[in-house]
Amino acid sequence: MSLILKAIGLGKWFELSLSHQMKVSPFQNLSFEVAKGEFMGIAGPSGIGKSSILKCLYRTYLPSSGEIWFDSSLYGTIDLAKATERQITHLRIREIGYVSQFFKAIPRISALDVVADRLLPLGYSLNQARDRAMQLLERLNIPEQLWQAYPATFSGGEQQRVNLARAFAVRPRLLILDEPTASLDNDTKLNVLALMKEMKQDGTTMIGVFHDWDVMGKVADQILDLRKLQASKEQEQMAGM
Amino acid sequence: MSMNSADLINNAEKEWVWNETPLLKVRGLSKQFGAGCIHCKQPTSDEQEGSRCQYCGSIWACRNLSFDLYPGEILGVVGESGSGKSTLVKCLYFDEETTVGEMSISSYEDKTSNLFEKSAQQKRYIRNHVMGMVYQNPLLGLRMPISSSGNIAEKLFAADHYHVGSIRQRAADLLQKVEIPLARMDEPPKNFSGGMQQRVQISKALANNPPLLLLDEVTTGLDLSVQAKVLDLIRNIQRELRVAMIVVSHDLGVIRMLADRTMVLRQGLIVEQGLTDQILEDPRHPYTQLLVHSLL
Ligand SMILES: Nc1ncnc2c1ncn2[C@@H]1O[C@H](COP(=O)(O)OP(=O)(O)OP(=O)(O)O)[C@@H](O)[C@H]1O
Ligand SMILES: [Mg+2]
Ligand SMILES: [Zn+2]
Repeated sequence: MSLILKAIGLGKWFELSLSHQMKVSPFQNLSFEVAKGEFMGIAGPSGIGKSSILKCLYRTYLPSSGEIWFDSSLYGTIDLAKATERQITHLRIREIGYVSQFFKAIPRISALDVVADRLLPLGYSLNQARDRAMQLLERLNIPEQLWQAYPATFSGGEQQRVNLARAFAVRPRLLILDEPTASLDNDTKLNVLALMKEMKQDGTTMIGVFHDWDVMGKVADQILDLRKLQASKEQEQMAGM
Repeated sequence: MSMNSADLINNAEKEWVWNETPLLKVRGLSKQFGAGCIHCKQPTSDEQEGSRCQYCGSIWACRNLSFDLYPGEILGVVGESGSGKSTLVKCLYFDEETTVGEMSISSYEDKTSNLFEKSAQQKRYIRNHVMGMVYQNPLLGLRMPISSSGNIAEKLFAADHYHVGSIRQRAADLLQKVEIPLARMDEPPKNFSGGMQQRVQISKALANNPPLLLLDEVTTGLDLSVQAKVLDLIRNIQRELRVAMIVVSHDLGVIRMLADRTMVLRQGLIVEQGLTDQILEDPRHPYTQLLVHSLL
């Protein structure tokens, strides 16, 4: 089976120099592979660095070491850790989607336009984009009277549904999901699962973090268990001593 | 238009992305204020060294700045007071003479030549035809005593539009876009509030349909609610007209809302640049970290 993503020796550290110098490292020397069309779940306790890994893939964090080879339809095989900012911009528009753990409201933009805005850079007219946005808002059970309202005032669950509607409006080659179902009620959760299944059928590869093993078990083909990884590394180190 | 599954990216699209070239290319731009002396002939790129020469007092307000701007992109420029932000855009707009460096604009006839070396007349042509500028102080961008429509007409004349009927129509359209009531289009900007003046200035800067718009602290000093309106206007213009912009602000909040990519200036140097979300969530330079943490 052909791979779409291969991370080799990926690591991230932050050097903070505010009140005092500080070095923090969420993860080091991480390697994994994802096959095309597969769903890879990432598991591990809170604080172990799950979101940081996703952010490195999306380049919201700049990886400190390692390589992230991505099979891009625009650029062929490309190292996301070293790609230029312009390349990343094009990839984010056309190939790589991301659902953040928390919705970041953009001031004074309606829920409808938050979703529609995802489509404009792809050449949709504003009307086409809004039509498509309405379909998605509907699928995610967002009451119609909220479509023109500003999500800044929405509940956490409503915000997350807007976030998902935005991501699901396109069919990217790779979709990165950070706790997408965390604040959803059961009905919406089922809709989201159905949408993810559809996307998968359409060929989208997904990498997601879920705190809910039940959901993860329903969607994931492969699970990257960070705790196990950590334990085996410690063992290796012991053995090497 | 497909459901744009990435597997369906067609060859035309691929070719378009591959062949994409920056609209604006700036290389090694430096600007010195003052006569200079033997000690400060060259700007250093050393962060430890300040921008002011300790022997003659001259200042390298911009030191060795290099960057690209792509069509339709918004580049944010952020930094503390005196970091060289305004000097940079003034150099690009030929308001200030650049001391050393190169600039080229792909939509200008000869694409690659260094525009800083052009004659005064050619520079005037370039700024009238391919650039728009919005200053923090509307006094610099507008002629206060003449009518708002007259201000726009002036910019259109400068860009070689002479048909009076269509000029009036264009002025009306532009002022409408920035929500100045049609009934007031012939009033002079001096009658208007600061926020309205700023909106007239923006419409004037857009009159010649420039591919490149420079905005220097355009919301600074306005009331919050008026700021919001001006920011929304800028965002809508970008969405509709796909104009490439350089947005200068000392306010990271403005940059967060508008910019795709961000450059952090300090003492005339670029200390960090990156995708805006990366600058905000993973700032690496201590100065950027300070800026980001003052925002939260
Ligand atoms: N015409 C001038 N003559 C002499 N020095 C100047 C001149 N214009 C700017 N400078 C100096 O150049 C440096 C950069 O100034 P500039 O106005 O570009 O800063 P800025 O980043 O726009 O600051 P602010 O946020 O306060 O607008 C400062 O040290 C300033 O004093
Ligand atoms: Mg300034
Ligand atoms: Zn000197």
